[in-house]
Amino acid sequence: MIAETGHYALILALAVAIVQTVLPLLGARMRDPQLAAVAVPAAQMQFVLVAIAFIALTTAYVTSDFSVENVWRNSHSAKPLIYKISGVWGNHEGSMVLWVLILALFGASVAIYGVNLPRQLKANVLAVQGSIAAAFLLFIITASNPFVRLDPAPFDGEGLNPVLQDPALAFHPPFLYAGYVGFSMAFSFAIAALIDGRIDAAWARWVRPWTLAAWMCLTLGVAMGSWWAYYELGWGGFWFWDPVENASFMPWLAGTALLHSALVMEKRDALKVWTILLAIVTFSLSLMGTFLVRSGVLTSVHAFAVDPARGIFILAIMSVFIGGSLALFAWRAPLLGQGGLFAPISREGALVLNNLLLTTACAAVFVGTLYPLALEALTGDKISVGAPFFNLTFTPLIVPLLIAVPFGPLLAWKRGDLVAAAQRLMAAAAVAIGVAMLLLAVHHRGPWLAPFGVGLGLWLILGAVSEIAYRVKLTEAAPAEIWRRLRNLPRAAYGSALAHAGVGLTVIGIVATTAWRSEAIVALKPGNTAEIAGYELTFKGVAPNQGPNYRERIGVFAVTRNGRAITELLPSKREFTVEKSDTTEAGIHASWRGDLYAVLGDSLNDGAYSVRLYFNPLVRLIWLGALVMFAGGAVSLSDRRLRVGAPMRGRTKAAAVAAGE
Amino acid sequence: MTRKQRRGILIGTCLTVLAVAAGLVLFAMRDSIVFFYSPSEVSAMGIAPGTRFRLGGLVETGSVVRGEGTTVRFAITDRAKTVPVTFTGVLPDLFREGQGVVAEGILEADGGFRADHVLAKHDETYMPPEVAEKLKAQGMWRGDAGAKLAPDRGN
Repeated sequence: MIAETGHYALILALAVAIVQTVLPLLGARMRDPQLAAVAVPAAQMQFVLVAIAFIALTTAYVTSDFSVENVWRNSHSAKPLIYKISGVWGNHEGSMVLWVLILALFGASVAIYGVNLPRQLKANVLAVQGSIAAAFLLFIITASNPFVRLDPAPFDGEGLNPVLQDPALAFHPPFLYAGYVGFSMAFSFAIAALIDGRIDAAWARWVRPWTLAAWMCLTLGVAMGSWWAYYELGWGGFWFWDPVENASFMPWLAGTALLHSALVMEKRDALKVWTILLAIVTFSLSLMGTFLVRSGVLTSVHAFAVDPARGIFILAIMSVFIGGSLALFAWRAPLLGQGGLFAPISREGALVLNNLLLTTACAAVFVGTLYPLALEALTGDKISVGAPFFNLTFTPLIVPLLIAVPFGPLLAWKRGDLVAAAQRLMAAAAVAIGVAMLLLAVHHRGPWLAPFGVGLGLWLILGAVSEIAYRVKLTEAAPAEIWRRLRNLPRAAYGSALAHAGVGLTVIGIVATTAWRSEAIVALKPGNTAEIAGYELTFKGVAPNQGPNYRERIGVFAVTRNGRAITELLPSKREFTVEKSDTTEAGIHASWRGDLYAVLGDSLNDGAYSVRLYFNPLVRLIWLGALVMFAGGAVSLSDRRLRVGAPMRGRTKAAAVAAGE
Repeated sequence: MTRKQRRGILIGTCLTVLAVAAGLVLFAMRDSIVFFYSPSEVSAMGIAPGTRFRLGGLVETGSVVRGEGTTVRFAITDRAKTVPVTFTGVLPDLFREGQGVVAEGILEADGGFRADHVLAKHDETYMPPEVAEKLKAQGMWRGDAGAKLAPDRGN
C-alpha cells in the first residue's frame, strides 16, 4: 500500500509539473495574472507530492519491505539503520527520486519566499522549473520506477554495495544533488530572462543567493566524495581524475565562474549575456554529470546502472534542455544589450579573468573526460585519459588564476590601480615567497616546484587577510576605529575572504600531499617492524571480529615515534557475507603533520601479510579548505543584502549599496 | 582608452588563454593517454616493449602465484591468448581467479606485462565493460554485467 501511494504521488506530481509548466507560461504570455499565479500553488503541491513519494520509499527501506524490488536489490534486514536510509539514494531509482525532491524543494522555496519577485519573472521561472521536474518525473515513472513490486516477496534483500556503506557516502549524494539541482535555479532564471527579453541588476541579485547556496552544497559534496575515496578505497589518494569525479567538478568550476560573473552583473550591470550563458552552461554540466553517472557509459564506483534505455532517455532530456536553451539564447540574447564600461585593470576586469581561466580549465577537464567516449564512438579505439593529462592541462590554467585572486578584491570597480593593490599585498607576497624559499632550502626531496605551490597557498590565505586588514585600515587607524570598521564590514566581504583563504588551504594540502607523501609496500610477519616517515609500526598480528553485517580481520599495529608510543592502527579487511564482497578499511592516525595511513593486504604464503603504508603530509587541509569555503559561502549568504527573498529592486538602493562598498 | 581598445584587450586575452589551453591539451593528448587492449590484441598487434597500456581480461584460474615479498604473478586471459603479469603491491579487494580485471602497466621485452595499477570489480556480477565487450565479440560471453568498479592502486 505504501509503495503504491508513493507511485501514485509520483504520477500526480508529474501531472502537477506539467500544469506548472504550461499554465504560467501561457499566463505570462497573455498577461493574465491569475493564470500566471497558478505556478505558486503548483510548485508547492509538486513538492508535497514528491516528498510523499520519497517518504514512501524511505519507509519501505526502513521497514525492509522486500516486496518492493528496489528495496530487495539494495537493502538487507541486517543492515544498520543509517545505511537502510542512505540505501534509498544508494541506487539509481532512489537517487533520481532524491534528485527530483531537491528540485521540487528549490521550486517551492522560490514560490514561497519570492513574494516580491516581479510577477512575470516568477511565473516564467517556476514554469521552467516545472518543465525540468516534468522531464525527470517522466523518466522516473517510465524508465526507472522505484516502486515496482515483486511477487512472491523474497525473504531477505541482496544488500547494499559495501563500499557505499559508509557515513561520508551516506551524505555525499544529497549534497552533490543539492548542488547540481541548485544550479537549476540559475538556469530557470536565465531562461525566464531570455523569454522576457529583459534583464537587470535585480535579476542578478535574485540569482546570486541561489547560486551561492548551490555552490556551497556542491563544494561540500565534492569534498565528501574525495574524503570518502581517501579513506575507503584504501590507496591513500584524494582525487583520481575519474570521469565521475570530473562530472561533479565541472559544474563546480562553471558554478564558481557564475558566482563571480553574477557579482559583476549585480554591481555594474555588465557581462549580462555572458552570465546568462554561464548559467545555462553550469546547469548543462550538472545534467551531463547526471547523464554520465547514470547512463553507465563510464565505469566507476558510482555508475549504478548499465542500461542503455535509461542512458538514451537522459540523453534526450539533456539534448532538449541544453539544445533548447542554447537556441533560445542565440535567438534572444542580442535583446539584452550592452552593459557598463570598465577598464581592463579593474574589479570587473579581474572577475573577467577569473571567468576566462575557470571556464577554460573547465573546458580542459571536459575534453579529457569526454575524449575517450568520442574516440570510442568514432574509431572504436578504447583509451583512458588519466591524471597526467589533467595535471598537464588543468594546473597551468588554474595557477595564474590563483596568483591573481588576491588582487581582485583590492581593485576598484570600473578602474583599478594595480600598483596600489600590489603595494597592499607586499607583506603577503614577501611571506609567501620567503616560506617557499625556506622550504626549497630544507626539502631536498620532491619536485622543486612544490615549495612554490605551498607559497601559492599561503599567498591566497595572506592575500585574503591583507584585504580585510586594508579595509579596516589595520595599520593606520586607532583601535576603536578598527573595531568599528570590523563590525561594519559587510559579511559578504568576510565571506569572500574566507572562501579565498579556503582555496589556499586546499592548495597547500594538495601540494604537500602530492609532493611529499611517503609510501611503502612491505611484507610483514607478526612481530616485524616497518618504518615510514619517522614512525615505527610493529605488526602484532591479525584479530577476527564480527560486525553487524560483516566479518572482519583486523591488523593490529603498534605505532611508535622516536621510541615513544603514539597510537595503535587497526586497518581491516571486511567481508560482507550478504553482498559477497570485501572492503578495505584503512587505519589512519591523524596529526598536525599529516596522516599515517595503513592498509592491510592479502595474507602471503609464509604467514606474512602484505601491508601498504603511507604518510600523507597535511592532507587534511584539503578538506578543511573545502569546509572553510563552505563557511565563507554561509557567511556571505547570511549578509542582509543578499538574503533570499529580500532583494531590493530599484536603482537607488542598489546604487547606495554599491557606493558603500 | 576607447571602447574598441578595451574590447581588443579582452578578445586578445581570451584568444591567448584559449590558444595556450588548446596547446596544452594537444600536447598532453600525445603523451598521457593510455590505450586498452585485450591479450589477443596484444599478440596480434605486435605492440613494442615499453609501451604503456591497459590490459583487460580474466584472471586465469590457477595462475596466481604470490612470490617473494609483495610481488604477485598472475596471467590475464581472454580465453584465446594469455599474457603473464607481474605486480608489486596490494591487490584490490575483489581480485579473484576467473574474474574480470584491468591492469595498467608496461609490456616487457620478454612478452610479460609489468603492471603498476590493478583495477578489479567491486561486485560479484561485475566485469569491466571493455572486457565484456571483447569477450562478447569472441563469443566467450557469459552472463550479464553489473557495474561497480572501484579504482585500486598498488605501486
